[in-house]
Amino acid sequence: MTVRRVMGIETEYGISVPGDPTANPMLLSGQVVNAYATQQGMRAAQASWDYENEAPLRDARGFEMGRQMAEASQLTDEEDPTLANVVLTNGARLYVDHAHPEYSSPEVTSPRAAVTWDRAGELVMRDAVRLLSRTGQPGVNLYKNNTDGKGASYGTHENYLMPRETPFTDIVRHLIPFFVVRQAMCGSGRVGIGTESTTAGYQIAQRSDFFEVEVGLETTLKRPIINTRDEPHAVADRYRRLHVILGDANQCDVANLLKLGTTSLVLAMIEDRALRVDLALDHPVAALRAVSHDPTLQTLVALKDGRRLTPVQLLWAYFEQVDRYLQERSPGAVDPDTAEVMSRWSSVLTRLERDPMECVRELDWVAKLSLLQSYRDRDGLEWSDSRLRAIDIQWSDVRPDKGLFNRMEQRGRIERLIDDVAVKAAMTEPPEDTRAYFRGRCLEKFPREVAAASWDSVIFDVPGHPSLQRVPMLEPLRGTRDGVGALLDQSDSAAALLEGLASASG
Amino acid sequence: MPGQEHSRPQRREDEPDEVPGPTPAPEAAADKEALDEDIDSVLDEIDDVLESNAEEFVRGFVQKGGQ
Repeated sequence: MTVRRVMGIETEYGISVPGDPTANPMLLSGQVVNAYATQQGMRAAQASWDYENEAPLRDARGFEMGRQMAEASQLTDEEDPTLANVVLTNGARLYVDHAHPEYSSPEVTSPRAAVTWDRAGELVMRDAVRLLSRTGQPGVNLYKNNTDGKGASYGTHENYLMPRETPFTDIVRHLIPFFVVRQAMCGSGRVGIGTESTTAGYQIAQRSDFFEVEVGLETTLKRPIINTRDEPHAVADRYRRLHVILGDANQCDVANLLKLGTTSLVLAMIEDRALRVDLALDHPVAALRAVSHDPTLQTLVALKDGRRLTPVQLLWAYFEQVDRYLQERSPGAVDPDTAEVMSRWSSVLTRLERDPMECVRELDWVAKLSLLQSYRDRDGLEWSDSRLRAIDIQWSDVRPDKGLFNRMEQRGRIERLIDDVAVKAAMTEPPEDTRAYFRGRCLEKFPREVAAASWDSVIFDVPGHPSLQRVPMLEPLRGTRDGVGALLDQSDSAAALLEGLASASG
Repeated sequence: MPGQEHSRPQRREDEPDEVPGPTPAPEAAADKEALDEDIDSVLDEIDDVLESNAEEFVRGFVQKGGQ
């Protein structure tokens, strides 16, 4: 058993124009995408998104119709920045989702890599802010958070590839209790209680007040703890993509690593049918909020079997089962990624139980609370004070000088797992061990010939060919550097690449 | 109460970590002291950076809902 699997993080950023709350967020988000894409030498519509994932586009006649439409939509894109959408050379997608700019990381295979490419997204957004501040306009600010504290929330979604054969009912049963208490490690902290902050106070997670049901398909209203969207972006009868919508955006590496890592391990236990203790809760939605509203972590969560556990005790119950199973299955032979997550997990739980403040360098909600508490102590502020709410918002500003988290990090008050050099490289370079490698390298080498791309395809428009050519990528672990790196290196044109692919598969 | 049976944290503290990773507790405590001493200058720094009109800044941060 391992923490490793195909995974990724999608982050919607908060967006605002200083001094102009009425600015159109759709247009602004489009400007963000266009500004970054232009700097990279792409037009935001140049390599557009391939929404076609059913029919292989072989019918030249139907295909040419599609192409005409694509050209029309390209023109529209230039006039309508709200459709801005670009695939980056690191394999990520940068686009406008609803009223927010979103960075969807490329597919990776470990929590460490997920943290790396998620942070690369922060730098992408930071670049866009810098570019837009140059134009003599008021500029645009971006925030890696999940609520405005006034009733609106926007998501940070995790994706985990799972085998299709794992029964969804098992996932629901074992994951709900885990998700109710996971926030004790991975919440990002928030000033204000209730979706509209009607009660003053501090809570552990940004998103918890916005969840209303246990299971469902929605993501924008009646949000469910377990989202049932079934869109694998891969061979559908082999894979499921578990789409997790209740997490917060993390800036702390350790919290982000634990979010992806512990979830992946719990999923691995579900896949192996190795979770033997039933931890079903009486009222998960109410418990989700109650846990978030108590930064002392002493709130008791009621289990169906009558037990009442603190959030950390419930997390220990998961940890212990994983730990025992790992010892049984592979004593002394746990891979480094799994070992790191297990070690971090037990260390954080131990200290959370003793005094959450001991995790001030590792967990977002603790780091933010610590700063807010110091401010309160110095100035005698109530939780309703605007300055505390301002700190909460400005905490996640992506700019290095204005973002308060970034200032804390620069002062050495936050523990980093991934160094800045690796993160900067991940802005342009794809992961090497998933299909994101093929996608990213194609965009890097043949930006003019890639007509469109998506998670599971790259479509080429090669000069001299009457029709577009679609390369399907329904296996997330194919298209890696090992598999196609040499061919990509050798190919001096998209036509040569396609010929090489055809002869390799033929 | 069954929930009280969790003796895990005590046991964990006694066990040495098998893999290097998190900072051991004594150093963490030392770190915490250093952080505490630093806090006045942190707050001064935040004073300089924080939006001057907090109330207006908070009121102006209005988002449309997303996913």
